[in-house]
Amino acid sequence: MSGAPGLAIAREWQRFTPGERLARFVVYLGVVAAIVASIQTVEVIPEFIADAPEQIGDMLRRMWPIAWGFYPEGVQAPLLESLHIATLGTVAAVLMAVPVAFLAARNVTPHAGLNYFAKLILVSARSVNTLIWALFFVAVFGPGALAGTMAIAFHSIGFTGKLLSEALEESNRGTIEALQATGAPWLSVAIKGYWPQVKPAFWAIVLFRWDINVRESAVLGLVGAGGVGMALDTALNLFQWDRVAMILVAILGVVIAAEIVVTGIRRRIL
Amino acid sequence: MTRGGPLSLPRETAAAARLAFPPNWWARAAWLAFAVYFVYAAAQLEFTPARFAAGLEHGAKFVSRLFPPDFHRWALLLKGMVESLQIAVVASALGVALSLPLSLMAARNLMPAWLTWPARLVMIFCRSFHPVIVAILFVKAVGFGALAGILALTVASVGFLGKLMTEAIEEISLKQVEAVRASGAPFMSVVMFAVVPQVFGRFVGFVAYETDANLRNSTMVGIVGAGGIGGTLFAAFQRFDYDFVCAIVLTIIALIMLGEVLTMRIKRIFRV
Amino acid sequence: MSSLPAAAVEASRPDAAATAALSVRGLVKEYVPGRQVLAGITLDFAPRGMTAVIGPSGTGKSTLIRCINRLVEPTAGEIVFEGRDLARLGKRELRAARRHIGMVFQEYNLVERLTVMENVLCGRLGYVSPAKAWLRRFPARDVARAFELLDTVGLGAFAQARADSLSGGQRQRVGIARAVMQQPRLLLADEPTSSLDPKTSVEIMALMQALSETHGFPVIVNIHNVELARRFAGRIVGMTGGRVVYDGPPERLDETILKTIYGGEDWLE
Repeated sequence: MSGAPGLAIAREWQRFTPGERLARFVVYLGVVAAIVASIQTVEVIPEFIADAPEQIGDMLRRMWPIAWGFYPEGVQAPLLESLHIATLGTVAAVLMAVPVAFLAARNVTPHAGLNYFAKLILVSARSVNTLIWALFFVAVFGPGALAGTMAIAFHSIGFTGKLLSEALEESNRGTIEALQATGAPWLSVAIKGYWPQVKPAFWAIVLFRWDINVRESAVLGLVGAGGVGMALDTALNLFQWDRVAMILVAILGVVIAAEIVVTGIRRRIL
Repeated sequence: MTRGGPLSLPRETAAAARLAFPPNWWARAAWLAFAVYFVYAAAQLEFTPARFAAGLEHGAKFVSRLFPPDFHRWALLLKGMVESLQIAVVASALGVALSLPLSLMAARNLMPAWLTWPARLVMIFCRSFHPVIVAILFVKAVGFGALAGILALTVASVGFLGKLMTEAIEEISLKQVEAVRASGAPFMSVVMFAVVPQVFGRFVGFVAYETDANLRNSTMVGIVGAGGIGGTLFAAFQRFDYDFVCAIVLTIIALIMLGEVLTMRIKRIFRV
Repeated sequence: MSSLPAAAVEASRPDAAATAALSVRGLVKEYVPGRQVLAGITLDFAPRGMTAVIGPSGTGKSTLIRCINRLVEPTAGEIVFEGRDLARLGKRELRAARRHIGMVFQEYNLVERLTVMENVLCGRLGYVSPAKAWLRRFPARDVARAFELLDTVGLGAFAQARADSLSGGQRQRVGIARAVMQQPRLLLADEPTSSLDPKTSVEIMALMQALSETHGFPVIVNIHNVELARRFAGRIVGMTGGRVVYDGPPERLDETILKTIYGGEDWLE
């Protein structure tokens, strides 16, 4: 908005250099071009759209009444499995992410090569989606919760490691220097100097990631990596929409419960 | 606790106060409980050393089959990647177009409660399911293909962007709004002159972030048939075509890194 | 306040109401039910000259000013401006009325990320359609006037500077230019000098006085600094506890009255 010059203020905008204005213009142009090109070329089948209201109606009719009776026999156990996957995956992710985060933080590890290497690990871990990680680990460990847990863990390294290294980089230089001046060994500096400073950020990051992982763990089963997604996949393949509805309601309940837990813990310890 | 002798009390409290590291029993109990849970959950999921060992063995074989990546079917790869890109771009654009008015409606500092509540509910609803689950429902509604992916990611974008934008609008300085309002400006002019300038930079950052997220997710929705490279990838996995899998994943990583570099540039241009 | 001579309060002059540009009748404001911040204010303002409202902090001066253009909704009472009761206007009519009432704020309230020119043109937003405003297509006449006004307040060279790059005094000049840009028939100023140094404060008051005379609109300014009020205002309204306890020329504002307004006398020493 502020970049759009109009008639009234046709005189130059001095808060941007011509180069900056050109750069902004190029960005706007690029964005518009990308949107127009995508809309024009993306493959959309009109018959499917025309059919959509009927399909949605059909889906809703098949979903109702929700198969409540299915919960004890077919939902509760995989749902708990999903929660375990999310929690254990988060723990494993944190264990792996902490050393990488220390390597990635420029003030902790003053070695550009190591920083770059650590950042590469973090970016690649994030770039591969949880579901794609899950496909990999299903190939390695076979179908089941172990593959799911590893998928959650490996994808989460990127997120937790990045945020953690940023928190480390923001920590106060003076405190660290004071500890180093006493001749404290490296590990003591980490535990008594860095840890207290990043502790609130650390817990916030862990809780945030766990919350996300609870959601992600629900879909892992679609590729065979355990949890409630397996039940969802089966119900979908058999067109048992009433069971699908039951599973969705259960997932929604868990997601809401997780959010309440996270908010509660955050209020307590942060 | 021991309120026995009046003389013993001061000495005891003094001793307690001099402990350099008073133990935090709550924290210790929480750690213990968590350790117990950890062991229990691992047992429930049947995580055994033997399985890890077997996995490592499999893993070595698997990794050896990944390389060298096979780019022979580059046409198929390119088609899938382009479709993923299209899904991400269109979903981001739609997401922004819907989030802007919705976040304005949801801002409690500008709007009455009867308008903020429905807007907030829509956002919470959009956020509550994983994009893949939303994609499954859209695949049922509009059939296999890119449209389902676009709609699913649009829903996710509205949930996420809407929340961030609403928070940004609620943090603006109302003084500037008041001044423009006092000049008798119509509501839309107040928004344009007093609200937009205050949030524009942050919005650019949010949109860049969400576009990145959509790009990542657009490589995944194909697994449930909602278009993009994900379908090709899933098929390759099921055919144990691991060298093609490797080619696809390397391309995805390259594209996402390219996207991150681009959004970083854009953020710098807009001084976010 | 009961100890004041009756002549000191000249608020209810029946003949004045007929010729007044603005008359406030029985204005009451309660933020919390039962706790009156304004306890029935009745004042008439002539179509010319500057009126200063003085009084201790928290006595409702700001509330009074903000009730006039309804940035704060009055609880009861009338605000008759050019023959219409502002307190009863609907949203649309209120907007139309606000276009004729300029306002200057304590903390300037400029849109910080917009340029000085855009800020001044904010004064015309009531007249320009949102679409045209968005495209910055203001009538050429308005733009010309905005440049003139910026020259008048001594900021002609800063038209394209961003508002947040200016000093406090400069910002307040932009704030005044924005208000005058509305071609107001009444200017409200809410503690316009409280965030400024003494020298700049005098300049700002002089600027408002000069503009009031050349453009012919009345000014109601609420102000902490009694000396500034005496120097620039032709009429002083003293408030305490949500009531008017003095209304008259600055010459008659003696120490006894100030004691009534501000309470105690230590601060006079």
